[in-house]
This record gives sequence, structure tokens and C-alpha cells, in this order.
Amino acid sequence: MMRNILFSILVRPFILFVLGLNIRHYERLPAAGPCVIIANHNSHLDTLVLMSLFKGRSFRKVRPVAAGDYFLKNRYLGFFSTKVMNIIPIQRRITKDFRGMFRPVLESLDDDGIIILFPEGSRGEAEQLSKYKSGIYYLMRERPDIPITPVFMHGLGKALPKGSKVFVPFFVDVFIGDSFKYTDNRKVFMETLNSRMDQLQEEGHFRSW
Amino acid sequence: MNLDLITGEVLYVLIAIIAVLISSSVITFIMKKRKPTKTLDEVTLRIRSWWVMFIIFTIALIIHSTISLVFMALLCFLALKEFFSLIPFNRAHRLVLFWAYLTIPIQFFFIYIGSYGMFIIFIPVYMFLLIPIQAIIVGETKGFLHSIAAVQWGIMLMVFGLSHLAYLLVLPGKEHSVVGAGLVLFLVVLTQANDVAQFIWGKMLGKRKIIPKVSPNKTWEGFIGGVLTTTVIAVLLAPLITPFSLFSSIIAGLYIGLTGFIGDINISAVKRDLNIKDTSTAIPGHGGILDRVDSLTYTAPLFLHFTRFFYF
Repeated sequence: MMRNILFSILVRPFILFVLGLNIRHYERLPAAGPCVIIANHNSHLDTLVLMSLFKGRSFRKVRPVAAGDYFLKNRYLGFFSTKVMNIIPIQRRITKDFRGMFRPVLESLDDDGIIILFPEGSRGEAEQLSKYKSGIYYLMRERPDIPITPVFMHGLGKALPKGSKVFVPFFVDVFIGDSFKYTDNRKVFMETLNSRMDQLQEEGHFRSW
Repeated sequence: MNLDLITGEVLYVLIAIIAVLISSSVITFIMKKRKPTKTLDEVTLRIRSWWVMFIIFTIALIIHSTISLVFMALLCFLALKEFFSLIPFNRAHRLVLFWAYLTIPIQFFFIYIGSYGMFIIFIPVYMFLLIPIQAIIVGETKGFLHSIAAVQWGIMLMVFGLSHLAYLLVLPGKEHSVVGAGLVLFLVVLTQANDVAQFIWGKMLGKRKIIPKVSPNKTWEGFIGGVLTTTVIAVLLAPLITPFSLFSSIIAGLYIGLTGFIGDINISAVKRDLNIKDTSTAIPGHGGILDRVDSLTYTAPLFLHFTRFFYF
């Protein structure tokens, strides 16, 4: 409840007025968990925009997966990350122990959670897709029946790209794709994921920036 | 609260607008009952958005003149943001856009203190000369001309042009802000009525295309019918909320009808160039903010100078 109010005061007006969203296919967004939202990652604002798509009851279930080393690095960022965004911090180090690393994510999914994931790993060059990492495959292998909804965002890499401290207001286009599910073949699964994201990107006919 | 701005006359005009909105809601409702079509669904959506826009605009206009200025600054910002989001830029020139946004508070500050001199030269002179400097400091020359030209054009239309609407409020002097609010109401009602009238006349009688390459749906019949309708409304409203004589109000009606049309197709040409239909999805049924204020980018400056030259 508290979190919802803080988000509504701090984040929603900012996204509505300063950025502004053009959402395509809003009806494809799942209304309730468990589900996994995957998106391209260009800016810190990506997570905020994705979270703002959910309102009321489903908002309470939204949890973005984020790198603990970055988002908990100081008190203020830590407060915002845990109290407002309710992130699931994970370590970015490569381990053999996938299950241990994913445990908090899986617990959240078992509790009808809506998980936000950026399969690119970190923010790429502005408005460009970098290669998706296969971490998502190993996560979904644990919960193969949970639907995955791809979302493509355009504009945030212009508003606040990696490495820039100056924020410039821009409209954000949000394209929501049809959900798909886990396939028991890493190569096929990653290809599906890639083609779904590419399709959404092509739908926008974006000019190079 | 300062509700002095609602004089009896302003109130009559607002009531008249409400009457028009109610009757158009009722008419489309009845027409939909008889024979539902896709166009009618769209029109219903548009009328609903008109209600919302009318309510927000009225509240912004009548409570206090400072609130009106803040509202208009926000309008400039939203229009400029839509414009900048549409056109391709060299990404190195992000900072140029940042400074372009900052012109809005500065321009509105000059309006707030009633400094006509700075209001009128800040963007055409100072920003015109400053924007290339920022782009030079960035140092990226690829797309240099394109970026500075697009930014200057954007702030001329969306900030300089639209802010003339706000200057109407302070034009007669702070102590006569009622007159200023009346002028704003007059201009906005006529500009928007002109858009609607051109649409309706075009739908009813439209045959001969006026400018098919830029805007294929615009016709001579819609244009002439719209301008004449606007002139009639101008003659009816002018004695209530403006200091205009009968002759001036006829000229003002014709002038707003013609320039509103040009402002509209000006943005249409940009959209056609970029191959898009609507500037955003901010207003259901209408498209973006820019689709709604496009006519105002022309009518506001031209109407202000018309009024200022002859009356203040």
C-alpha cells in the first residue's frame, strides 16, 4: 500500500507528464501473475516505465529483477530500490548454482508474482538491441508453464542513455507482444525470444537515432 | 481563489459551449442508436475528449491568471515534447534539445512580468543565436544544420507561437485581466470551432480537394464552410468578450479561419514527411496534443498582433 502511494507520488506523474507513453496492444499485458515480462534495456528509466504499466492489485505483485551490486550501493538508491521499486536483487557473478541464484525469483513467481527481467543483462548502447543472454532460459526451465510477455520500448535511450546525467524529455513507445512459453531446447527458445523482440521492434518503424 | 475572471459575459460563452457539447453528445448518441458506424464511434470518442479538454481549459482559465500561465506553459511543453519525439536527430545533439526545453520557463517568465520586448525577441533572436553555440560545443557536425534548424523551428512554433496565447492574458495590463481571459477564450473557441466546422462541412459537402498532396481529406467546401462558420461565431462572440467592433470581428473571424487552416496543414506536412498519422495517443480520438494545437501555432501569434496593433 505504502509502496503504491510512493510510486504514485514519485514516479507516475513523472512518467505521465515528463515522458509520456504511447502504448500499443495494452490488452496483451497479463492482468495477474504469475508471469514474466521481458524487455529491452537502454536506460534506468526502463524499469520504472514497465512498472507503471501495472496498476492497483497487479502493481503490488510486480518485482523487477536487478543487479544487487548496483542498486544497493548507497542508502538513498537502496531505499528507492527496495521500498519503492521492490526489486529482487541478484548477483551478476556467474555461478554453477543457478537454482540458488534464482531462488528469490522463483519464490516470487510461486506467489503469483509479476517478474520484470532484462535478458540483455545490462543497459546496451542507446536504442540498440544487444544479444540476449540465456539466463532467462535457465530460469524458465524451473517454471516451464509460466507465460513470458515480451515488451519493446523505444525512446528511453534518448531520454536518459547510459553514461549521461542530463535527462531530456521524450515520448516513449511501448509495444507489448503476445505471450509465449518455455521450450525445452535452448537454441530454439532463444531464437523464439529474439524473433519476438525483433517483430515488436519492426512494428515501430523507428528511425535510427 | 480569484473568480473575478468569470464575468457575466464569459459565463454566457461558457454556457453556450456546454450547450453545444451537450447537443453534439445527444445527436451522436441518437445517430448511433439508429445506425452504428465506425465514424460515429470515433466521433463519440472525440466529443468525450472535447468535454475533458473543455473542463481542464475552463478550470485553468478562470481560477487565476497565474494558473492559466502555468497551464499554457505545460501545453507548450507537451507540444514541444511530441514534436521532438517525432523528428529524427543526431543523438549527439541531445543537449541542444535540453536547452530548447528550458526556453519554456524563461519565455513564460517574461510573459509573467509583462515584458513585451523580451517576450518577442527571446526566441527569435537570443535562442536563434544560442542554439548553434551549444551544437558547436558538442562538436558533432554531422546533421548540424538539420538539428539546429529543427530545434529552432520547433521552439518557434511550439514555444514562441503558442506562448502568444498566454501573452493575450497580460496584453491589456494586469488590472484588466478579465479582458485578457476573454481574448484567450475568443481565440481558442474560434480556432477549435474552425477545425470542427471545417471537418463537418468537409464530411457533408466535400468534393474538390484543396491540397491533396499534403492533406488528402481537406476540401475547398470544408475550408470555405469552416471559415464562414468561424466568422459567424466571431461576430456573435466578439461583443461579449472582446473590445472588437463589428468590422474587426468579421476580419478576426476570417483571419482565424484562414490561418488556423494553414497551421493545421503545416503540421500535416511534417507528419506526411515523417510518414506518421498522429503525433501521439495522448487525446483519445484526436491523436496527440500537437494534433489539437496545430492550428493555434498559427492563429495565436497572428491574432495577438492583430489585436495589439488595432486595440492595445
